[in-house]
Amino acid sequence: MAAAVANGDKGFEVPKLEIKFTKLFINGRFVDAVSGKTFETRDPRTGEVTARIAEGDKADVDLAVKAAREAFDHGPWPRMSGFQRGRILHKFADLVEQHTEELAALDTVDAGKLFAMGKAIDIPGGANLLRYYAGAADKIHGETLKMARPCHGYTLKEPVGVVGHIVPWNYPTTMFFFKVSPALAAGCTMVVKPAEQTPLSALFYAHLAKEAGVPDGVLNVVPGFGPTAGAAISSHMDIDKVSFTGSTEVGRLVMEAAAKSNLKPVSLELGGKSPVIVFDDADLDMAVSLVHMATYTNKVDLSDYPAVPSEIMCTSTICSKFSSILHINSAILQGEICVAGSRIYVQEGIYDAFVKKASEMAKKSVVGDPFNPRVHQGPQIDKDQYEKVLKYIDIGTREGATLVTGGKPCGENGYYIEPTIFTNEEMSIAQEEIFGPVMALMKFKTVEEAIQKANSTRYGLAAGIVTKNIDIANTVSRSIRAGAIWINCYLGFDPDAPFGGYKMSGFGKDMGMDALEKYLHTKAVVTPLYNTPWL
Amino acid sequence: MAARRAASSILSRRPIPRPVAASSIGESALLGAGSARGWLPGALHRFSSAPAAAAAAATEEPIQPPVDVKYTKLLINGNFVDAASGRTFATVDPRTGDVIAHVAEGDAEDINRAVAAARRAFDEGPWPRMTAYERCRVLLRFADLIEQHAEEIAALETWDGGKTLEQTRGMEVPMVARYMRYYAGWADKIHGLVVPADGPHHVQVLHEPIGVAGQIIPWNFPLLMFAWKVGPALACGNAVVLKTAEQTPLSALFVASLLHEAGLPEGVLNVVSGFGPTAGAALCSHMGVDKLAFTGSTGTGKIVLELAARSNLKPVTLELGGKSPFIVMDDADVDQAVELAHRALFFNQVCRYVHDVLRAIALLATSFDSFLWFVLEQGQCCCAGSRTFVHERVYDEFVEKSKARALNRVVGDPFRRGVEQGPQIDGEQFKKILRYVQSGVDSGATLVAGGDRAGSRGFYIQPTVFADVKDEMKIAQEEIFGPVQTILKFSTVEEVVRRANDSPYGLAAGVFTQRLDAANTMARALRVGTVWVNTYDVFDAAVPFGGYKMSGVGREKGVYSLRNYLQTKAVVTPIKDAAWL
Repeated sequence: MAAAVANGDKGFEVPKLEIKFTKLFINGRFVDAVSGKTFETRDPRTGEVTARIAEGDKADVDLAVKAAREAFDHGPWPRMSGFQRGRILHKFADLVEQHTEELAALDTVDAGKLFAMGKAIDIPGGANLLRYYAGAADKIHGETLKMARPCHGYTLKEPVGVVGHIVPWNYPTTMFFFKVSPALAAGCTMVVKPAEQTPLSALFYAHLAKEAGVPDGVLNVVPGFGPTAGAAISSHMDIDKVSFTGSTEVGRLVMEAAAKSNLKPVSLELGGKSPVIVFDDADLDMAVSLVHMATYTNKVDLSDYPAVPSEIMCTSTICSKFSSILHINSAILQGEICVAGSRIYVQEGIYDAFVKKASEMAKKSVVGDPFNPRVHQGPQIDKDQYEKVLKYIDIGTREGATLVTGGKPCGENGYYIEPTIFTNEEMSIAQEEIFGPVMALMKFKTVEEAIQKANSTRYGLAAGIVTKNIDIANTVSRSIRAGAIWINCYLGFDPDAPFGGYKMSGFGKDMGMDALEKYLHTKAVVTPLYNTPWL
Repeated sequence: MAARRAASSILSRRPIPRPVAASSIGESALLGAGSARGWLPGALHRFSSAPAAAAAAATEEPIQPPVDVKYTKLLINGNFVDAASGRTFATVDPRTGDVIAHVAEGDAEDINRAVAAARRAFDEGPWPRMTAYERCRVLLRFADLIEQHAEEIAALETWDGGKTLEQTRGMEVPMVARYMRYYAGWADKIHGLVVPADGPHHVQVLHEPIGVAGQIIPWNFPLLMFAWKVGPALACGNAVVLKTAEQTPLSALFVASLLHEAGLPEGVLNVVSGFGPTAGAALCSHMGVDKLAFTGSTGTGKIVLELAARSNLKPVTLELGGKSPFIVMDDADVDQAVELAHRALFFNQVCRYVHDVLRAIALLATSFDSFLWFVLEQGQCCCAGSRTFVHERVYDEFVEKSKARALNRVVGDPFRRGVEQGPQIDGEQFKKILRYVQSGVDSGATLVAGGDRAGSRGFYIQPTVFADVKDEMKIAQEEIFGPVQTILKFSTVEEVVRRANDSPYGLAAGVFTQRLDAANTMARALRVGTVWVNTYDVFDAAVPFGGYKMSGVGREKGVYSLRNYLQTKAVVTPIKDAAWL
């Protein structure tokens, strides 16, 4: 067996968790679905049902949009000052922090995320994002303009209106705040559809937002499925903007629905097949640790890997101080992250040594119950993903890639998979997004070749570069067609760093001041000037 | 009793035409009085110890302030310490002239200690090295603590500075918290540009904290000026040595202790109470200080700039005096214009409009003269609307209503509810203002209201209105910094723009009109740092504030304030085989 399994380990405590919120949150109240239907959300550790959740569909989305429309068109939210909105977001952040343990546990039972990482990273990271945008709410500036005629011109940055957010399951908390925080700061109202796999924390956040003072109707949460609730949002005539994070295939459907309805602007944060390029001059141990983290991230706890220098994860210092936002999370293995470094290019001089060390490190990973603090990697999110990952492993093997380690399910029940490494030149597992703990290792010779290979994908989300050479770092940074470049680190997420893809990885940025732009209209105001002393 | 001063102050050299019943206490206000020479080595100090004030109550027995004075020492390296010399000075209740407390008097040696502490905190300490988010959290906690201690802080500020409690509690203390939250939000959003190069180079700009900032704040808005100065400096990661005005040392010491409670590392903020010619001059001349920011009179501002030039060429931000025009067009709503003009001038001793917190905030300040508005406060505001230009068609009505408004103004103990205007800050200001009033009378302006002290004790002055003021009169040219409104008549937009701009100052202006075109034209034509159209004294955190001409250098508040506390470093390296340029 490639990795240690900690499923049988009982030496840790699973917090008692009461699921408080299972209904739709519309206009400030928790309500049943119009249809009365519910769906199950399951604990990926066991496959057992955690709760039955009200299942929103088109009728519920209509109600939510109506509430959001009213809140935007007539309510106080866009009419109060940015500072006042910021105060409410600060309060929201404080409440999130006060419920850190409970929220981390919700994400763990819902998404299989490591409990310790949720407490240390995801939940504090959500509070950090809220505070970042609380501080941004009173810093949304228009500009006065230099006109070509005797006119006075200026721009107004106005909230775009009612926003539809469609949020994925891999980082239920982080993605929720990626979307919701800047939209709230901008003065928008919104309807959020969390993933059907992970509705629990989003509903809890809706409750906390209300407690913090977000007016009714501003933030509505409608759990449900893509083809029903998601499609209703994308095609709704009264939604002014849709922000989606998920797969490239679904992103295409969202954009198509927007085009067919009211041409609402769309921003998409989609899939990736992000390269990590390791050059000959890299420190081998550091590079192996970094790649391991980059590939298996999302359900692995890096902090247990002393071999991983803290600088590797740009966020790790942050992480240790609870301020990071995101991702550090889990790094080892589940690979369920859109930026996973799933294509690893290693320069020929250190290739063999790299493969050997990477394999050793994968074998040392402890796979098991994410509540167990000894565990590095939790289960995949659900049965579909689990089976999809195993299918890709099978394809890799049949196409002739060399299976270096892993490749099998892990443990008796639940959706656990061994950390897996393939090597080869060309393989479809190096082209498609697997979203699982599968690393594809490939060899290259020159900088030009590395750039060419790294860019030979329809995705362009992120890339990692491991080198000590300043010229290589700078050249490759500009040459790779991707929205995030991490040099000698990976997952360099930060509230102030915009994130989003090139090519079919999407468009529009989350985080940073750039994210506000998604939720703002620019209006130019022009009037003639008479007897002006200057232009 | 004549208010003769033996001091060498520029002001005191003028003839003093009219008896004034007050006498000064203690040492004079260097910042407030605008003496230019006092700080230069070898110059005469203009301080004097005048006879103690005759102690008749202005209108009643003073209300006992609901606060204890906890901090009177210097704050250096996180500790409250005595002055190296062991000396203290008295800070005085402007309602009575009585001593509130004896405060450690910092001089050059204490400045040396404070700069050394700040230097260590910046060069070796955690403050510039922690994440901006952590700095942000400290400032947010500080804002929370200010709100928790709002009553005490407001009482101290009123006691020490004579501002009404309604203004300090209702407006200024909340504004300090608001400013701090504003700067906290900037801490993690300080962006440099990545710059396009002409050739194959990769160019980025780093905005680094500038180092140790020396800051000198005035007595007219001690807390707000603290926030304007300390907020952006700390958000950017700097260390600070702050010299407060000798008239108002108390509130800064109190809130600085709260800032440490909020988690500020030792040495990052040092507060030295003291006088301009000693502590202030030492700070300005110090070779270990990387930047200066000063708010006060134009005269003192010149000295600050000169001392910076003579020492290490440290960059200087100056927020100085003003003689701000308030222009009322013939289409203005006269009632509203009267009220705004009144508040624009009188702001800072009284504030009836406390609820209008955000707008009213005006800050105001220090050695400037001011507008009448909100203030009847005392007019002790740098951007006070101290030249009220009124269109000839509404002039008579305007004067009549301004008179009525001034006569209505409630002057009295600033701790008493309903009071609009408290005392002037000290005997020196008090006498200076009365000299200006006499000058107005002598030069032929029509005294419409006021013109004398109010009551027989403390530094209270009647709200005073002059009409028929001519441009060449001294009261139309110099900064009075008191509750004296001067009303001038004009006929056309071109004329009023020309006259309004005919001033060495350029701090602010008010324009009162319903005509869009006139408003736009004047907004561009007035050579001032702030134009308020149909409003006045709006001091939002995000709005930059500062002067043209001799009203100052640089801008405070808003994103612009960050520039004062950041260095700009360009980092350039070749880029090989660039995919694009």
